[in-house]
Amino acid sequence: MALLDLSDVTVSIGVLTPLDRIAFSIEAGEIVGVVGESGSGKSLTAMAVMGLLPLIGGRITSGAVRFADVELNRLPERDYRALRGRRIALISQNPMTSLDPIRRVGEQIDQVSMMHLGLGAERARLRSVDMMRQLRIPEADVVHGNYPHQLSGGMKQRIVIAMALAADPELIVADEPTTALDVTIQAQIIQIMVEMARRKNVALMLITHDMGVVAQACDRVVVLYAGRVAETGSVERIFAAPRHPYTKSLIGCIPVEGLPPGGLKGIDGVVPGVANYPTGCRFHPRCSLAQDRCKIEAPLLRALEEGAAACHLAGDPP
Amino acid sequence: MALFLIRRLLLLIPVFLAVSLVIFMIIRFVPGDPIDNLLQIGSTEEQKTAMIAAYGLDRALPVQYAIWLGKMLQGDLGEAIILRQPVSTLIAQNLPHSLILGSLALAFSTLVGIATGALAASFKDGWLDRLVMTLILLGSTLPSFWLGLLMILLFAVQLGWFPVSGARSWSALVLPVLTIGIGGVALVARVTRAAMIEIARKDFVTMLHAKGVPPLQIQLGHVLRHALLPVVTILSLRIGWVLGGAVTIEYVFARPGLGSLLITSLNQRDYPVVQGCLLMLAIAVILGTLIGDIVQAAMDPRLRETLR
Repeated sequence: MALLDLSDVTVSIGVLTPLDRIAFSIEAGEIVGVVGESGSGKSLTAMAVMGLLPLIGGRITSGAVRFADVELNRLPERDYRALRGRRIALISQNPMTSLDPIRRVGEQIDQVSMMHLGLGAERARLRSVDMMRQLRIPEADVVHGNYPHQLSGGMKQRIVIAMALAADPELIVADEPTTALDVTIQAQIIQIMVEMARRKNVALMLITHDMGVVAQACDRVVVLYAGRVAETGSVERIFAAPRHPYTKSLIGCIPVEGLPPGGLKGIDGVVPGVANYPTGCRFHPRCSLAQDRCKIEAPLLRALEEGAAACHLAGDPP
Repeated sequence: MALFLIRRLLLLIPVFLAVSLVIFMIIRFVPGDPIDNLLQIGSTEEQKTAMIAAYGLDRALPVQYAIWLGKMLQGDLGEAIILRQPVSTLIAQNLPHSLILGSLALAFSTLVGIATGALAASFKDGWLDRLVMTLILLGSTLPSFWLGLLMILLFAVQLGWFPVSGARSWSALVLPVLTIGIGGVALVARVTRAAMIEIARKDFVTMLHAKGVPPLQIQLGHVLRHALLPVVTILSLRIGWVLGGAVTIEYVFARPGLGSLLITSLNQRDYPVVQGCLLMLAIAVILGTLIGDIVQAAMDPRLRETLR
């Protein structure tokens, strides 16, 4: 049984429906990349899994989020809270703003293990410092007493990662964990996260818009477009034989060696806003292969020999 | 932190000098003359000149200021021209009344204001929030002297729970404290609520939810702590206001105090007393700001960093 399973999860915020029948699963210890451009619903998927949709006025209107043997979307808030930070942890997008600026960073890590594992202050501190050392934070016992503004972005993100790992979770949802960081730090942070996930056998839902990161770090990929799943599959298969034109375009955006100047392709147009999704396949206005059928009929997510794709043309091998 | 304190205290000296100069000048530019108040009807011109000379009012303004400043630094605020007592004695008699009234009103508005603001923010857009917001609107727009009169009418005259006026018993403090405090409650509650709602939208609060911290603990332990920073600022600015601004309330309730003393002596152009009172109020404002800064620095590590 999968550790996390989303089946046809539809999310509404007011009258809008930004997520439409999202379906994918994550096995224990697996690293799954969730990719897509800005506005494709990646962060919202993270919020849905964390059960934090009410904070932004959203809710799951149909479908189910299952975690191990628990149906999360039916869980009373009290029980959900006991799960959050304990079995499912979040690494947020912006480490600059994710830490309480007037509390010592160490305290903020301690808080998790004291609350969820019932540790005393001293044991929690030792545990946090140990975790910080594992994340290669130099002088961890000094940094433990620092305030967020005294640390660099990369250090802050390590603190956030330590916070996520503090109670030995089974799943970590990392929402674009490196977007706000310097390019030089990004690779380091991804590497550290993947290394920790592998060593501790934690499943990682890695949200990113960087296909390069996916190729480097993930076992499987979920491609989102405009609030729907476009394609899922193993990293090898997706990169070798992408079946959805959108996936193909995303891969086309990765710079490769020997590319002539100006040779890097982008994807024309932008992701439509949630208020004016096109009919039929939501990618059709930007798709070079679009046919009349694509404009009217929304393609269902159909299983392939490996993974699944939501494209009328996906049946035919490219 | 020690360095910051020393720097802040040294900075008070020029501020204090500037304030004393302004006080000294203002009162002399106001039309009117204490001597006219003092002279008996039918006094001759010679008697008037003699009296002016006796109080040193015939000398040049800079000389008068220098004398006043020099004596003030020795703790001598001069002699009241009309009331014929040392100004320091007058202030010593009146200041405690103002201090008690002011500090109680400030404490009341702080505690009740923060509590109601936090409640309203926690139940944002609910009926409790709307009720609190309505009361805040009322509390911040009602003129306090009118509110004071209404309170007297209801609680002192109709119900007879508290004395109408005076300062003879502790129960006489209740109505004035409430009257001054309610405006403060409204102000503090509004700032607390706005700050808490703003803080609650920040990323780190989402993160706290994601860590599984119970909402009440997030509100009180994290959000409120942040929201108190702007509250401390307005409270520190209000310290001076409460001491001097309570003047109408002191009048309504016929209480002795710095405000009453100031208004009486202002009417009589009793320069030394007015100067003394204004100086006390200025010192209260300066000290209030200083205390506010220190408290904020103690609460916010980012601020401590920039002060170093």
